[in-house]
Amino acid sequence: MQVFQWNLGWCFRGMRHLASLISTIALLITGTHVLAQSPLRIDITGVGTRQIPVALAPLEAAPGTQEFAATVMEVVRANLQRSGVISLVETGTPQPPLNERTPPETLFQEWRGRGAEALVIGSTASGSSNRNEVRFILLDTLRSASLGGLAILTPNSTLEARRAGHRISDFIYEKLTGEPGFFATRLAFVRKDGEFHNLIVSDSDGQNTQVALRSRQPIISLAWSPDGTRLAYVSYEERDGINKPVVYVHTLATGRRVVAANERGSNSSPAWSPDGKSLAVVLTRDGNSQIYRVSAEGGPVTRLTRSAGIDTEPSFTPDGRHVYFTSDRGGSAQIYRVPIEGGSTERVTFNGPFNARPQISPDGRYMVYVTRRDRGFQIAVMDLSSRQETLVSEGSKDDSPSFAPSSRWVIYSSRLGDRTLLTAVSLDGKLRSRLSAQGSDIRGPAWGRLP
Amino acid sequence: MRHSDQNHTKETFMNLLPQQNRLIRKSICILGLLALAGCASQVPLDDKQGAPITPVSPSAPTPSASGSSGAQDSAAATVTREIAAARAELARVKPSIYFDYDRFEIRSEYQSVISAYANYLKVDVNSRLIIEGNADERGTTEYNLALGQKRAQAVSRALEIMGVAPNRVEAISNGEEKPKAMGSNEAAWAENRRADLLLK
Repeated sequence: MQVFQWNLGWCFRGMRHLASLISTIALLITGTHVLAQSPLRIDITGVGTRQIPVALAPLEAAPGTQEFAATVMEVVRANLQRSGVISLVETGTPQPPLNERTPPETLFQEWRGRGAEALVIGSTASGSSNRNEVRFILLDTLRSASLGGLAILTPNSTLEARRAGHRISDFIYEKLTGEPGFFATRLAFVRKDGEFHNLIVSDSDGQNTQVALRSRQPIISLAWSPDGTRLAYVSYEERDGINKPVVYVHTLATGRRVVAANERGSNSSPAWSPDGKSLAVVLTRDGNSQIYRVSAEGGPVTRLTRSAGIDTEPSFTPDGRHVYFTSDRGGSAQIYRVPIEGGSTERVTFNGPFNARPQISPDGRYMVYVTRRDRGFQIAVMDLSSRQETLVSEGSKDDSPSFAPSSRWVIYSSRLGDRTLLTAVSLDGKLRSRLSAQGSDIRGPAWGRLP
Repeated sequence: MRHSDQNHTKETFMNLLPQQNRLIRKSICILGLLALAGCASQVPLDDKQGAPITPVSPSAPTPSASGSSGAQDSAAATVTREIAAARAELARVKPSIYFDYDRFEIRSEYQSVISAYANYLKVDVNSRLIIEGNADERGTTEYNLALGQKRAQAVSRALEIMGVAPNRVEAISNGEEKPKAMGSNEAAWAENRRADLLLK
């Protein structure tokens, strides 16, 4: 058993198994509850600088759903605290219990007086086919207005209760900050336990961990398919009598694996095309490491780059028209980009002796990469329109940055003493939380959407 | 911290170099079959294999079946002797080549390693060589894989120059994933900037 801990002190145990294939059904509550604009929208400037005080009243739980309700709220509470931009106001157990049908006019003044700028009220009830429903609304106490809410019908399980909690967290976070949430997402990373390399898939908070692959040989270069159903990666497991890097595509729900690239030499660094049909991969079949394109099902390859040196670490732009990559063609490792349909290659980075492993954000506005600076190998974010760069990590051995589906956060691996762990950071580098595994190294994170 | 690769796990392979046993012991059956089947189809029967048969004197006709068999026996013995000699030459060199930081040239001190392996591959026509490139931890996972590959390929090219057919050799890279020396210091980094030669 593994204990995951976010640095804000919330500690859970990873123990859940295969995710149910039945997806959560979410229905927007319509009518008077929905308001268009959030009056609480702020610019995030850092933990403690400006945190929105929010009261989360206990969900009124119908008989048989108490445990479900408690799990949902536990997840919401932990997520909002972890966000760094929300602080929680003590609620106690209001009598009579509050729920989404409680007339909001009776609540605004009281909760404003208790220091809450927003209040969440709701309930849980059991439905047919062993399903539970959670309903809630978010109230803006300063403006005396409802910000809307959700009704989520979901199978009655701890896993689905947690997923519902993540969706609710995203809703609250978005309404209060004006930024898209990042809680209902999935992480993949590699955990090293003794001799074993475990490919782990988990929820964004490190919970609901599943081991997708276990090997005595290294597993590296994880990449989520755009639809969140498949992982591409490089595994050194024995194949044809030797241990060498081969690119696989793994469908998580079924466990089906296909060899996407196994050419003579090394096969590495897979990146998905935005349509999820093909990969850019790095092959050495014609000499040095060069970038090729191959179907996600494997098959014939076509060459994308042509240089005398190293071309590696491809990343597609979300419009699928360019590939960013690292090359040493200019004498040191720098980032370039090339149009997919042919055309001239353009150098992107010029600052410092080493800039590598670009990844373009899902919204196409930013590039995250690894740069060598005063404090060693650090993570930087470049605004692609202004070319302005921001260092968002401390060094000295940071690697594998990966954007959240919302494009507003990045997760990367770093070394702390003799341990390797993961850190999630906001694009400005000011908000930060850390994911570590007790007694194990975790590295190579990839942040993906839920299928 | 070093990997222990000195264990002779199978008697059958005791006659090989200890360094070669690391790969061999992983999957004796599969490797054996692949090495034989794979190389038989990859390597043409050229003069290198035919050469030991030629010393039979043309002035001494050998029409009888027994005479022909004797010539083959002696040819086989010659091959065995040559392989043994090549193996002895291999035993005198370390199966690793070290590189400077961010460099890929093979320093002249390793010429004896290259020629020993080139010679062995020429006489033992059923052998194959895997070259595993490695990189120190500085940089990114994928870029280091490419750096290790560049080192493995430098060794591969040096062997080709010595006359080894490219299809006898496969250059692959471990990047920074299989460090022989742990630690973040110059000594560990130097140990990990390396290409290992593994006969199969």
